[in-house]
Amino acid sequence: MATLTMGTPQMMRRPLLGWTIHDGLVVARRNLIQTVRIPEMLFFSLVQPVIFVLLFAYVFGGAIPIPGDAGADAYRNYLMPGIFGQTVAFAAASSTVGLAEDMHKGIIDRFRALPMSPPAVLVGRTLADAVRQILVLFVLSITGFIVGWRISNGLLPAIGAYALLLLFAYTVAWIGSWVGLHMPNPETANTAGLAWLFPLTFLSNAFVPISSMPTWLQTFAAYNPVSTVVLASRELFGNPTGIQPDYWPLQHASLYTLISCAVLIAVFATLAVRKYARTTSR
Amino acid sequence: MTRDLAVHAEGLVRTFGDVRALDGIDLTVERGQVVGLLGPNGAGKTTTVRILSTLLAPTAGRATVAGFDVVKQADEVRRSIGLTGQYAAIDEYLTGRENLRMFGGLYHLTPKYVKERSEELLDWFDLSDAADRPAKTYSGGMRRRLDLAASLVAQPSILFLDEPTTGLDPRSRLGLWDVINNLVAQGTTVLLTTQYLEEADQLAQDIVVIDHGRVIAHGTSEQLKDQIGGDRIEITVTDPTRVDDAVRAVRSVSTGEPLVEEFRVSAPVSGGSTVLVNAIRALDAEGIEVSDLVLRRPTLDDVFMSLTGHAAEDETTAVTPAKGRRGRGSK
Repeated sequence: MATLTMGTPQMMRRPLLGWTIHDGLVVARRNLIQTVRIPEMLFFSLVQPVIFVLLFAYVFGGAIPIPGDAGADAYRNYLMPGIFGQTVAFAAASSTVGLAEDMHKGIIDRFRALPMSPPAVLVGRTLADAVRQILVLFVLSITGFIVGWRISNGLLPAIGAYALLLLFAYTVAWIGSWVGLHMPNPETANTAGLAWLFPLTFLSNAFVPISSMPTWLQTFAAYNPVSTVVLASRELFGNPTGIQPDYWPLQHASLYTLISCAVLIAVFATLAVRKYARTTSR
Repeated sequence: MTRDLAVHAEGLVRTFGDVRALDGIDLTVERGQVVGLLGPNGAGKTTTVRILSTLLAPTAGRATVAGFDVVKQADEVRRSIGLTGQYAAIDEYLTGRENLRMFGGLYHLTPKYVKERSEELLDWFDLSDAADRPAKTYSGGMRRRLDLAASLVAQPSILFLDEPTTGLDPRSRLGLWDVINNLVAQGTTVLLTTQYLEEADQLAQDIVVIDHGRVIAHGTSEQLKDQIGGDRIEITVTDPTRVDDAVRAVRSVSTGEPLVEEFRVSAPVSGGSTVLVNAIRALDAEGIEVSDLVLRRPTLDDVFMSLTGHAAEDETTAVTPAKGRRGRGSK
């Protein structure tokens, strides 16, 4: 057996953006390679929203009237931003399950024993989960075009809508990371860890207009950032929005979305980074 | 203060709720030394390694690794160590090469260095042919080798190996022992935990035996064996009804009380091979037929048995000695 070099390895100088970004990008790259290596996971994460598009467009669509818009394609145009919003919210799921698996396999231990920037594992995780949503939004948009969804407000606002959706994906990925760090094993993460996503996405205007809900539920739905990111997307894509009840977030959907994303990232990134520092696997 | 010690721990205590996993561990590893931390499941081996590798803060006590405090100078400690845990902590969807490059990047080593080092390690660990396959496709032994390679990317001077061969088949285990011995020959300091007595015997110069979170013995393998008395005679009788007669015969040549395990009677003896002759005479005089008769050095199993009252790999431990130790250990 030949001898192995031992001595002092060459250290890198601190990069311009700092170690957190550098290490975050290394981890994000790793998570994205995983996506490519497990195509079936990506495939199934696309199948569900595509089925939702078809289900709602053809099965439920006719039964859900959009106040203020009686056109034949009204519901399908109303529906697509709702599907976008719900789908990107599930970026949280891959953060939760991914972190639970990394803890289970002991790879988080290895990361924690490295002289890397501690928040980088979470930065990389959330970044990769948000980036993955670009592909998901692309596939969903094509599906939308096929069932009759149209962007009718120009290119720039549409880009704004996609950007807002990705920001929202990044935000929920942080919440999902925080949840994932509390999971005792990947199995629990796959069930209990995702339970909060269903009420969050359905108690919103994603599929039905808020004005059709009982008043107490309207309040929740109006302040739910899922509603405002969906509403803001509808406005920016030039899709029907329905008639909005009188709540501040619904009158300022884009602004409220930006503010709530900023607040949620600040809160959950802090909580998650703190939890990560104390995490012990298994 | 800590001179040239690779590891220096004083009075390490770690509690998990009501459980006192570590109850005052003192540990010293000199540079270039290989120390085996030996104990049954739940003795506190892994907890010790987790504290020394900065993954866990001690409840009380202090420790330095490479001269750096594990709590206050965690980053400096992390730069000096390599850690290989009980399960191969590699990314199974990444290839072997990608794994090494990722960890190299996270050690903040230059890309050029990481590239060269990865190739060197893949070659050294005999993984070059599999370098571009996802680690998922690797055998258990290959995964462990990749795991160990990953912890060597930054050329650490101190290596923590937490049960490095648990779950490996004998051939892979021998291969890994070879690798570890090679690293040691090149000056790496190794702290190794194991529940395999044979492994501690093979790899470590110095053995620290822990049980219930306390150090119960410390020394070279030879010293520990001498501690429980020299050689042992072991006879196996063919006729189970004659075991009691055999005990009597053995007692006439032994220096201590014989132990009986089914058909086998063993006892400490002194005086080398003449004991064998005397034993045969005594057995023959009683007309006892034996199927096996040996004189052997005590194994670490005997050491463990005599120190703790239970076998090293026995998880449902004997109650009486455990109680005794706890009584002394509590405040």
